[in-house]
Amino acid sequence: MTTMDQINEALSQIPYAGEIGIKSLLMGDELTLILPYKPELIGNPILQAMHGGVVGAFLETTAMVQLWLMGDPKPLPKPISINIDFLRRGRPQDTYARATVGRQGSRVANVRVQAWQENVRNPISILHGNFLTAADPKP
Amino acid sequence: MFVEGTPHGAMLGIKFVAIDIDRATLSLPYDKKLVGNKETGVLHGGVLTTLLDQACGLAAIASFKEMMAVATLDLRIDYMRAAEPGKTIIAEAHAYKTTKHIAFVRGIAHEGDVNDPVATSQASFMTTAMGRKSPKKGDRQKAIQELPKPASNPEGQKA
Repeated sequence: MTTMDQINEALSQIPYAGEIGIKSLLMGDELTLILPYKPELIGNPILQAMHGGVVGAFLETTAMVQLWLMGDPKPLPKPISINIDFLRRGRPQDTYARATVGRQGSRVANVRVQAWQENVRNPISILHGNFLTAADPKP
Repeated sequence: MFVEGTPHGAMLGIKFVAIDIDRATLSLPYDKKLVGNKETGVLHGGVLTTLLDQACGLAAIASFKEMMAVATLDLRIDYMRAAEPGKTIIAEAHAYKTTKHIAFVRGIAHEGDVNDPVATSQASFMTTAMGRKSPKKGDRQKAIQELPKPASNPEGQKA
């Protein structure tokens, strides 16, 4: 199974990712997720700004897919706590995101994700959070 | 406009429940297309992010003296447990402190019992440039009077 197949398998397990239209791009072993613009992603129609929630959901999905690629065996990671800073308004155009894993422990992983539009050096939003990567212990 | 919701809120199916000064309540009926894990059928964490962001934003709007638009500065979400598949989520938000241009808001998402939350949030909002230019005195009072009547028994909430 190629890495691309693995990414597509992870995304296919997340119906919500398909609903908002998330696509993926692999360069070497670097994963970039793409959120193509559509009018349903707008949060503020006056400013034509994307909904902060959908940007957050996109960042979260990027973290989950990145961790899923690293995990073995593979339950889909679950967010425990996340923090999102909104730096710039999300314009009505395609958005990209890439995740960096700070630490992958046995159960919890610390991840940082950046989302950008025109230029990777001008992120529109940054997420940092902890994700549960182990399967739930049996009660 | 903000009570009616946002285009993305409409896509998810977010519903208005109630608004008051400093406070807002929204709900989101369960939908299979919003699932984050096919195997478990649990809602995607990002869906709760949007619901809480929107509820907190509405509470922030309801906390300013004049009618203003807002933008999220930062948002923290703690996911306490998986949402139960099939259940409507209710998000309640309270803007507990508002300065001239910033509102600090807490939110909680639950399935009818506020003591058994699915997720909680802490956010700060800033009034946006467009919001600062446009308000006229009395706009806020007028907007509050024109609000739709809150549902007497919102879906999923215990009677």
